[in-house]
Parts: sequence; C-alpha cells; structure tokens
Amino acid sequence: MSAINPDQTTAQRLAGMIPAPKPPRMDDPVTRDGSLVEDPAARAPLVLGDRTFGEVTDTVCGYIEKGPGRWWLPAFGLAAGVAGLMPLMILYLAITGVGVWGLNNQVGWAWDITNFVFWIGIGHAGTLISAILCLLKQKWRTSINRAAEAMTIFAVICAGTFPGVHVGRIWMTWMLFPFPNANAIWPNFSSPLLWDVFAVSTYATVSALFWYMGMIPDFATLRDRAALRLMRQGSNAERLPIANIRVDMIRARVYGALSMGWRFSARHWHTYEKAYLMLAGISTPLVLSVHSIVSFDFATSVIPGWHTTIFPPYFVAGAIFGGFAMVLMLLIPSRELFPGMKDLVTLRHLENMSKIILVTGFMVGFAYAMEFFVAWYSANRYEQDVFIYNRLLPPFFAVTGADGQLKYAPYWWAYWAMISCNVISPQLFWFKWARQSPVAIFIVAFAVTIGMWFERFVIIVTSLHRAFLPSEWGMFFATPVDILTFVGSCGTFLTLYLLFVRFLPQFAMSEIKNVMPQANPHWEGYGHTHGHAGQASGGAPAGVVHAPDAPKEGV
Amino acid sequence: MAGKKVYKTESGAVVYGVLAEFANPADLAHAAENVRDAGYRNWDVYSPFPVHGMEEAMGQTPTKLPILVACLGLTGVFIGFAFQYFVRHVEYPLVHQGKPTDSWQVLVPVTFEIGVAFTAFSALIGMFVFNALPRWNHPLLRSERFLGVSDDKFVIAIEAIDEKFEPHGVRSMFEKAGAIAVELVEEEMDAPIKVSVAH
Repeated sequence: MSAINPDQTTAQRLAGMIPAPKPPRMDDPVTRDGSLVEDPAARAPLVLGDRTFGEVTDTVCGYIEKGPGRWWLPAFGLAAGVAGLMPLMILYLAITGVGVWGLNNQVGWAWDITNFVFWIGIGHAGTLISAILCLLKQKWRTSINRAAEAMTIFAVICAGTFPGVHVGRIWMTWMLFPFPNANAIWPNFSSPLLWDVFAVSTYATVSALFWYMGMIPDFATLRDRAALRLMRQGSNAERLPIANIRVDMIRARVYGALSMGWRFSARHWHTYEKAYLMLAGISTPLVLSVHSIVSFDFATSVIPGWHTTIFPPYFVAGAIFGGFAMVLMLLIPSRELFPGMKDLVTLRHLENMSKIILVTGFMVGFAYAMEFFVAWYSANRYEQDVFIYNRLLPPFFAVTGADGQLKYAPYWWAYWAMISCNVISPQLFWFKWARQSPVAIFIVAFAVTIGMWFERFVIIVTSLHRAFLPSEWGMFFATPVDILTFVGSCGTFLTLYLLFVRFLPQFAMSEIKNVMPQANPHWEGYGHTHGHAGQASGGAPAGVVHAPDAPKEGV
Repeated sequence: MAGKKVYKTESGAVVYGVLAEFANPADLAHAAENVRDAGYRNWDVYSPFPVHGMEEAMGQTPTKLPILVACLGLTGVFIGFAFQYFVRHVEYPLVHQGKPTDSWQVLVPVTFEIGVAFTAFSALIGMFVFNALPRWNHPLLRSERFLGVSDDKFVIAIEAIDEKFEPHGVRSMFEKAGAIAVELVEEEMDAPIKVSVAH
C-alpha cells in the first residue's frame, strides 16, 4: 500500500502539492481498516486513508469549529444533571456529618476512600500514555495521549474531592496542608496520609502542566485558523447568537492567549521538545510514585489484609489496568460519534490497548494470588482469616468452625465480582477477534472498570469490618448518600470530558503529523529531488533513486 | 548593528524580512542547509511539527534548558527536605511510635514530590523564557501564508536585521533552493527598529 512503498505522485499529493480524489476506504479481510498489518517487517500505518497534513488539521479542528453534533447538548445536559448530585450530597454531608454515609465503628473508611482510589487509579493511564510511552518511543500514543491526559485530569479532580470531604469537618480540610497557623500546629510528615496529599496534588499539577504544554501548538493552530477566517470573511463572519460578536474573534483571542504566541519556529520546537522530554522523564517516576504512596495509606498500617509489601506494584499495575479500560470506554464511542476519528484511532490502537489490559490484568491476578500465598507462608492466622473467611468463601461453601458455627465470607460477592471482572474477563483478549472488535473491547473495559471499583472496596471494607476480636465485628451497608455521591462523581467526570471534546483539541495534531510517513525529510517518496517537482512526474519507484547514505525509514 | 541599512517598502513600511514557502519537509531541510551555509544568523524555520534533523540542518546549538531544569529541580529537592526537617525536628517535634524526629527516611516521599513539582514548573516556564514567549503578536503572523504553517505549510524566514540581508539576494537564494513562493514581510507599525542579536 502507498504508505509503505509510495511513488512520487503520492509523495506530491501527500505534501499537498497536487489534489487527488479520496481513495476508497480499505476493507481488507486481514488488515480490516488497514491498520492490522500482520507482516512484522512492515509498520502498521498510524493514520489511515492516506491523509494529508491539512486533512488532519481539518478533521481535528472541525470537531471544535463545526461542533461535535446534535448529540452533544442533550448528553452534556444529562451529564451535568447527574454531576449536580455531587455538590448536593456533599452539602448534605457537610451540614449533617459523616453519619449520612454508612460508616460505623468498625468500618471508618468505605465508599469515600474506595472512590478516591478508584478515580486516582483511572487517572494513571493518561500520564502513562504520555510519559512512559513517550520515553519508549511508542508512536501510536500520539492519537490517544491527549484524550487520555484530559481524562487523567478529570479523574484526579473527582478523586481529590473524596478525601477532602471525608475528613468530617470539611471546613478544617486546609489543615491537610502545612500552613503556619495560630496554634503552631504542623502536619505530621511521617504519615502516609500526608504523603498522599503531596503525591496527589503534585500529580494533579504536573499532569495539568503536561496536558497544557502538549496543547500549546494546537491552540496556535486553532488561533491561526480563526485569524485566517477573519481575514477572508471580514464582517461576514459567523456571529454569536446572543451578542453581536464574531465567533472567530473570540477564538482568536482565547486560543491566542492560551497558545502564548506560539509560531512553530524550529528554534522553539527544539526547546519545546527538550522540555517535553524532561516532563515525560520526570512524570514517569511520578506516576509510579503516586499510586505507591496511595497504597502506603494501607500498607503501613497493621490491619490484616492491608499490611502487605506487595501493595505498591500491585496498586500501580491495577491503576494502569483500570485507566486503560477507561480510555477505551471513552475512545470507542468517540470513534463512532466523531467523523473521521476512525482514521486516527485505528483498530491497531485498540488492539494495543487490549494487550496492555491483558498484561496488567495478569499482574493484578498474580497479586491476588500472591496475597493468599503470603497469608499462608507468613503463618499469620489473622491474615489467613481475612482472606479466607472475610473475602473468599461463599455461603454455599461454608465450613464449620471449632465452635460449631458455619463460617463464610460475608463479602464473598464483592471478592468474586472482582475476580471475574479483573482476572477472568480480560482472558477474552487471548483471542484476536476479541482484541480487534470494538464492541468486545468495550464490554471487557466496562467489566474491568467495575472490577477495579470492587477491588478497592474489597481491600478497604473487608479488611476493616472484622477487627481482631469477634466482639468488634460488624458490617458496612452503603446509604443512598454514598451511592449518589459516587454517581455524581461519574457525572462530573463525564461533564468535564464532554466540555473537553467540545472546546479543546482532542488530538495532538502536531504530534500526529510528526508520525505520518511524509513528515520525515528522508521519506522514500521524496527521493533526492528536493522540490524540483517537474522531474518527479514519471512516478518511478523512489527506492531506485535513493542515495545509499540516506536512511530508508518508513514511518 | 549600528550602521545597518534599514530596508523600507514603497509605502514606507519597515521590512521585517523575507519568507519563503517550501513544498515539503525534505525541501525545507535542504533549503535550511543552504541558508545555514550562506552564513545568515537571524533566521528561522517554521513547520507544523518539529522536523527530524532540523537542528543539524540549521546548525543550532543544543539548548541549555536541561541544565537549568536540573538545577531548579535539585533546589526543589533541597527546599522540600529542609522544610520537612525544620517542621518535624525543630519547629514541631512530635514523637510518635517512639521514632526519632530527625530520621530522614520518612521525608523521602514528600521530598521527591516537591522535587518533581519544581522540575515540571521549571521545564515549562523555562521553555517559555528560552523561547521569548509569551508574545502576543509578531510581524510574521500578519502574513496569510505564514498562518498556514500551523496547518501544513513549511516556511523559512530571514530577518532584515541580519547583517547579510539583502532582499534580492535572499529571494534568489530561496528560489534556487526550490521555494514555491517568496514573500516580503513588513514590520509592525510603530515598531522600534531592532538591533541585530545572535541566537
């Protein structure tokens, strides 16, 4: 196909020198949309449909300039309505007290911290895709990094709310931070809970910086397009429905301010790329540290079921697992809703992410098994009882204890929901058809998201509800306030994501252009003619005219 | 540079420079090599994405930003550690679990996070400072052709303040290098005449 072995005519067309009719969409039985190339010697194209640079710009900017479509406003209204539940529930909590949640003497942390860990875990995929895949030179990340980074920020916003409101006296939340105060009290820097405050706030800040920095060139593109339309249309330009202001004037001003006057200079690109690489380099240990520190909240305690050295890597793997599932749950519907997105987020992208889900699913499965091994190997009765009699045994496998009572795990349903969603459901990805079917991927990603919520619920609630003495045993039951706060946080997340797809570039345009074959000055299609377009009309295979010293890179 | 000739258009506007558009990244890199070899100093290449190998083609020296970021990042590490040590050991020594108040191990996580935050901010802000941004306007941004750079155009611009700048010479050099369009760019109105600076 042309992206792999192009001729001179294709080269000129891709460089925008001659227009050409759209090639028909590929629908090959093996490569499907053209991205599932089996040949290990050929690189799969990252952008389909032989797109030119201009077409990529038009596609991505079109989502903002033309609007996402009629579905957006109802979807936004619904999501914002659900999001409204969250402040209502928090208000009720603040004026009443944490008793409105199902917390009790035994279970002091439940849905609040479950939701916190759930959301912060989802937030990890964004930085993983932007930072770690950037350092590993995984070029396929360029189509998904922007959406994943946006998702990260929104997930961290949802996550940060829960520890903020679960402190009980919400008006004292500021004491989490080390401010000098009249009582000369300082926070305890040896507490993992304070480490958590620093880890999460640093993570939120650095993710936002990373996200913003990636968007600077794209903001400049939006600014320049608005400026060009203003130049060409003059006073005939489209105006706001409510005020006599030209829409493009607002775009040029707002995107112009956000772009900081970026003008695509090569000297600027050089510094920009270095700075971006350094941000990626520093975000990589950061993303690993954040969920490790979250796991310290549990691992440094003496509660059986929490006191585990395996927690940091186990939590990080789980975070990547759950985060990729959320990225897929957002991108698969987006591919259907936005025209032209299937050329940018190809089936190969979805397959790659499915493989990551399979691998990280195995990591969490290994961690679940290792918890049982360590409980047995440590010969600690309390640890063993937590896993067998609090989590594992369902009532129909109940065993008779020494006192003649039937013993079974009251939270067996949560544990088995976790196992079936997190360990069993990703096994579907052993089959190629499942990895290449957006519907199957969406179903597994949905299951994984549910399973990851249950994982945190299992860790937190089942470890707490039975302390060392049977007289301390109790149960946790969620209240409607618990449930509605969580539902509200899902609405908040979706609202923010819908605003993102409406007003911000969903794809890193400059990065996508950079991984297209014609972006490379040594691309075979350019040969060594150096712009003398007249010589090139013969359409001879470019490989023949190639000088031996020029690297023969494809993508 | 004192004594440097100031070029003006027929309407009297001061000339900012000459820009040339090239068809594709290969031509752009080739032309950049020509400009570099011709000895110009105040010039720049503009492309929708960072073109691979452009640093060599332009003869750029590597940026010193990493050194600055490393220094500021380590400053963050030092501040983070010193602040925690001061709070925990000097200002508010709270003994709990019988552990010494001056142990350094428990300070590592927060020290790391503060170091990361300093590094990230200095990378982003340092990038702006090194690139002389933010800047709200630029003479080039008034050229319709130049605005296409953010989409799919590839442009080289030589500024009039360059010592070797001479409009006709620059134009013929660009044409020889395969430019598909060459354009004169005017300075912004009322802009002070700049002094040549080496990049």
